[in-house]
Amino acid sequence: MSEARAVITGLGIVAPNGIGAPTFWGNTRKGLNGIRKIDRFDVSKYATQVAGVVEGFEATDYIDKRLMVQTDNWTWMALAGAKLAMEDAAFDAASHEPDRMSVVTASSSGGNEFGQREIQSLWAKGPRFVGAYQSIAWFYAATTGQLSIKHGMKGACGVVVSEQAGGLDALALARRQIRRGEADAVLSGGTEAPVGPYAITCQEHNCLMAEGDDPDAAYRPFGTEAHGYVPGEGGAILLVEGLDQARARGAEQVYAEIIGHAATQDGNSHTAPAADGHYYGRALQLALDDAGIGPDDVDVVFADGFGTPESDAAEVAALQAVFGSRASSVPVTAPKSMVGRLYAGGSSLDVATAALAITDGYIPPTINVGSPAFDLDLVTEGRAQPMDTVLVGARGIGGFNSAMVLRRVTE
Amino acid sequence: MRRTVVTGVGVVAPGGVTRDSFWATITAGKTATRRITLFDPSEFRSQIAAEADFDPIAAGLTVQDVRRMDRYIQFAAAAASEAMGESGLDLENIDHERMAVSMGSAVGGTTALEDEYVVVSNHGEEWEVDPEYAMPFVYQALVPSSLASELSMRFQTHGPAAVISTGCTSGIDGIGFGHQLIQDGRADIVISGAADSPISPISMACFDAIKATSARNDDPAHASRPFDRDRDGFVMGEGSAVLILEELEHAQARGADIYCEVLGYASRGNGYHMTGLRPDGLEMSESIVDAMNQGKVNPEDIGYINAHGSGTKQNDRHETAAFKRALGDVAYNIPISSIKSMIGHSLGAIGSLEMAACALTIRHGVVPPTANWENPDPECDLDYTPNTAREAKVNVALSVGSGFGGFQSAMVFGRVKEATK
Repeated sequence: MSEARAVITGLGIVAPNGIGAPTFWGNTRKGLNGIRKIDRFDVSKYATQVAGVVEGFEATDYIDKRLMVQTDNWTWMALAGAKLAMEDAAFDAASHEPDRMSVVTASSSGGNEFGQREIQSLWAKGPRFVGAYQSIAWFYAATTGQLSIKHGMKGACGVVVSEQAGGLDALALARRQIRRGEADAVLSGGTEAPVGPYAITCQEHNCLMAEGDDPDAAYRPFGTEAHGYVPGEGGAILLVEGLDQARARGAEQVYAEIIGHAATQDGNSHTAPAADGHYYGRALQLALDDAGIGPDDVDVVFADGFGTPESDAAEVAALQAVFGSRASSVPVTAPKSMVGRLYAGGSSLDVATAALAITDGYIPPTINVGSPAFDLDLVTEGRAQPMDTVLVGARGIGGFNSAMVLRRVTE
Repeated sequence: MRRTVVTGVGVVAPGGVTRDSFWATITAGKTATRRITLFDPSEFRSQIAAEADFDPIAAGLTVQDVRRMDRYIQFAAAAASEAMGESGLDLENIDHERMAVSMGSAVGGTTALEDEYVVVSNHGEEWEVDPEYAMPFVYQALVPSSLASELSMRFQTHGPAAVISTGCTSGIDGIGFGHQLIQDGRADIVISGAADSPISPISMACFDAIKATSARNDDPAHASRPFDRDRDGFVMGEGSAVLILEELEHAQARGADIYCEVLGYASRGNGYHMTGLRPDGLEMSESIVDAMNQGKVNPEDIGYINAHGSGTKQNDRHETAAFKRALGDVAYNIPISSIKSMIGHSLGAIGSLEMAACALTIRHGVVPPTANWENPDPECDLDYTPNTAREAKVNVALSVGSGFGGFQSAMVFGRVKEATK
């Protein structure tokens, strides 16, 4: 019996440089920077003063006020993303068997702002001032739970946490359910909302973020002036379906098939990725093995692009281990240079971006690189180029490595 | 089909911080619930919890480990070392690329996050906090993935690693994801389980707000009363269990002492309500049936059910209905118990402790009881093994979990039968 094929049929994007796939893609093609000076609180005490900030997001456009007060803005963005993804796919959840649909999201830091507000109330005023919704809004499972309830998706629902690698790992679980015939449709991916006073405080202490207040000079992956990453908010929720089921219901479009995935651990770090890139390279190679293809079949690499000199060098070493001499000629891009690192939302957004790139035949650029530090074909100006197969890499702080292979679906 | 077996168990729990003391506590029917000592609970509605008397240095952690790891990770590190030791795996001579980590946690580093917040916000005075006052490892508290990172570092694992955070089913789901990694051929050994240390002001306050926890403050030892008519909510707990999962042939080839096999694992969302449960127990019963079918298990085969049994009014009714729906009249003949009656409800961690209890039940032939069961509830009319452990040869044990967000999970452990080739 052949396994079902897992394909991406809907994209729900809430990103610093655009909400909704058409707007996001138009801006991403152009290299529009979504990193801005943080203005929602006083950042003068912080070394990092910029972030990828979603502008113009009105949660009430997507969800009712009653649900809004029960949820953190991380979940708002996921609820919006799910709505956009299902609209994009013309998928009507209400007309599908609840047991054949599920939700698997990634999260890395949960409901930061909601949690800060309630802890503030507790310590400033006392336990009786903690609201009834803290118990369901802050924890990492809140988004999956709300999506499952809102859309009546009752299959095997899950939540994966592996820092920035989480989005790929969640999508891999979605693919597993589709391949094994356990579900016909899975909402997957993730969002993150780490741009508040306390969340940024926590992130500053990892000592891996770029200092400064210039949005165009902060996050410079693979450049000689790389000096750290910039955090951001948002992400992507994707609708993953079985190919046969998608065709049977007359799906609008099939962006790409998920044909491979693998994850590894450095096993030696609670902070930055391992300097040798060895186990990251192994994840990339195992993902290609899982897909049953070789490195020569890869048309474009969507890099992790951590943005510190050591971690960028480690990624180049990983690419060289996998691609050999072709490492300097396979096109590599890191469109997250336009939005920052969105943690669980970041690798989810990378998969959505890669799906759009395959569909459009266009490689989005890596911006603000300045002078390149490595011998790569780093795409710094958007490039029209047909492609069939894309390798997406992701690393999470704490030694997580993950990789996913996407391929254009042909008859 | 690759099969998963359990070859090591490690525990940090209230009432005793090793596997043996955990087993002694829960088979004696002793309750470890008491007035909270970790902070002053006098302003709270629920002032009781099951606390682990844990000394990280005695458990083999270094002072630097203790600084870096929040309490829940310390629990997991200690439990993992105990489990690894029992498994007999020789870390010098195994393939670390085939080792994975799959750990559950519901609330991760909340305790450390709250402690740091109190300082940077100057006791909740300032919304725009002062970042300078946070400790260096506060990022590791922000991201619960630190739990997987730390265990991966501790044992130099290089296969997949992740934290599964599905609220109160995180423990079963963490072990379940590990089982899937073995099934799929992505690892031969998985350090799996869960950890939580939620006995902190914010976690207690958020359950106070919805009256989910017991307010029986004048009698903590009898406050956790699953399936009893007079139950009034769950009692918070903390702890961790780690199970070493291993591919069957890998374990047999090295002559490992095998506890049991993971026969099935399933989960469902109820698609209903974040905290409410449909009285008919439909989705939990579907998880149970799915997990049983994977292992070709019939209701008559099940010798023990480790219940979620949180001690809230609605949970215990819901769960009783789910057992009847999934197992029919056989449900009346199977000994059921909730060890939360003794060690409290440690949110995501409890599922791992309950799977540890199932593994130990199969090995030792003793069913742990439900403590504090005194008054029958007409809506909970199954055999909850009241107050006293029972000797019984158990070949197959079922455990279930249910949590906020609608998650319903089930896992079946069984004595290893030789493959019929």
